[in-house]
Amino acid sequence: MLSRAASSTQITHGQRLWLYGLVALVMAFLVIPCLIIIPLSFSDSQYLEFPPRGWSLRWYEAFFTSHEWLRSAVVSLKVACSTTILATVLGTLASYGLHKRAGNLDPIVRGALMLPMMVPLIFVAIGAFFVYSRLDLNNTLTGLVLAHTTLAIPFVIIAVSNGLASFDANQERAARSLGASPLRAFLTVTLPQIRISVISGMLFAFVTSFDEVVVSLFISSGATSTLTKRMFANIRDQVDPTVAAISSMLVVLSIVVLIAAQFVRRDGVKATDNR
Amino acid sequence: MTAAALDTQPLNAGLLGDDERRHRLAMFGLSVPAMLLVALVLLVPFSWLAWLSLFDASGALSAENYARLLRPAYVNSFVSTLEVAALVTGVCILLGYPVAYLLSQLPKRAAQILLVFVILPFWTSVLVRTYAWLVLLQREGIINTWLKQLGLISESLPLVNNLTGTVIGMVHVMLPFLILPLYASMRAIDPVYLRAAANCGASPAQAFRQVFLPLSAPGLGAGAALTFVLCLGFYLTPALLGGGRVAMWSTQIADAVAKFANWGAASALSVALLVVTGLILWLMKWGVRRLGTSLGER
Repeated sequence: MLSRAASSTQITHGQRLWLYGLVALVMAFLVIPCLIIIPLSFSDSQYLEFPPRGWSLRWYEAFFTSHEWLRSAVVSLKVACSTTILATVLGTLASYGLHKRAGNLDPIVRGALMLPMMVPLIFVAIGAFFVYSRLDLNNTLTGLVLAHTTLAIPFVIIAVSNGLASFDANQERAARSLGASPLRAFLTVTLPQIRISVISGMLFAFVTSFDEVVVSLFISSGATSTLTKRMFANIRDQVDPTVAAISSMLVVLSIVVLIAAQFVRRDGVKATDNR
Repeated sequence: MTAAALDTQPLNAGLLGDDERRHRLAMFGLSVPAMLLVALVLLVPFSWLAWLSLFDASGALSAENYARLLRPAYVNSFVSTLEVAALVTGVCILLGYPVAYLLSQLPKRAAQILLVFVILPFWTSVLVRTYAWLVLLQREGIINTWLKQLGLISESLPLVNNLTGTVIGMVHVMLPFLILPLYASMRAIDPVYLRAAANCGASPAQAFRQVFLPLSAPGLGAGAALTFVLCLGFYLTPALLGGGRVAMWSTQIADAVAKFANWGAASALSVALLVVTGLILWLMKWGVRRLGTSLGER
């Protein structure tokens, strides 16, 4: 096995052992911090050790019995769901418009819509804080949703544009020539075919909003604090393993979303194969 | 459309043009709501702040806010931001290149399974990962405890609340950003070139150095540029793992607003960060393109 050629350059697996070892180490470095928090969260002590000396659910209990934590979790969920809807609608509209128009301004419009993804988050944070203080939007759910939607739009546009690029526009033209209104043609012909991209855009939008910290630090407080804002303050100021319990639930949530994304994509591939 | 209509096409060309224009306008209209939002949250406030940065406290036009950037505290934070970004980019290249290389050489299916290890952190909240690193690295944390139990160290190593912790946390965040595009660009390299090199008598090491490495350079350059630029804007990781000892550009901006309510300084800092970021991106793009053409010519 080890002396067998590993690639077309005739290098053997044996000669590449060091590479396998190094890559395994890097993979461990990438994954362990994401997963180690799960066993730690079941520790029964204030000090997080691995492996934990005793097991308990006390940190989960601390979360689910705390009015403050639950309230911020509800804020985060509400904001993330509203953001998902708003960003998916606005992002899909924009990418459809950009896909169809092909005018001279398109690169500029696209570039501007991509900006929230490229500029440092602190820009969006102080920018939103600054303009919200004049519009009385600081510490409101509306303000959070608008800011998070701005951050999520680029991800939706990327996902939906990918879908539109591989969609055959003649099908929509056929629907139009058979008398469908533009809206109907889009909803009944185009949208069902790019749904995979739209759904992965939605997943991105949800995760973007639910995990967002820096902007929320500036524009939310008190009753509108998001879960991540409260976690940030908690991590910085005290060592409370309740954060470990919440983190574990967030990791599980990301894994579920990741699997959902893979599942949706595979489903999409199958649907295309059948056609 | 009848034959007569076809014959009279030049006559209704104006109408068709109107139709075309209306269609374009409608399609443009579709991106307006998203544009308005980006304008409200990002473009308007940023331009407003950039405008404000040109005036001093009394409202007179002055370069005071920019002169302030030359103070040692700010200059040090610029230097340390660039240092941290360079360090993190360097470590990401050292760790990420071998991973992307190996994945690109494996069969596609195996590579896709292993890519989950890269994508999982990508999807996991940065805050959660930063917290995990804090738990792992702190004075009485897991790594120090283990090292002591193994007898490798007698005193806890200062792994967090300093530059070390910040760099570890940032590398963890940035590594997928380097590996994923680099892997995609390495996949696009035709293995025929390597086989040809082997046929011409190149040893595996030679084939790698003289064929694969130059071919992967544009992808590496683009990935490294992205990593470097994203590092310049980091806030969360230095704020939590730096323990106040790592003054990054973003933390300075946040402090100027949150602690001192000094919008002039915050705006000037932001403008400077934007200019530097844009400049670096432009330089890198130019460099990568030149590298690409010079390789193409060979």
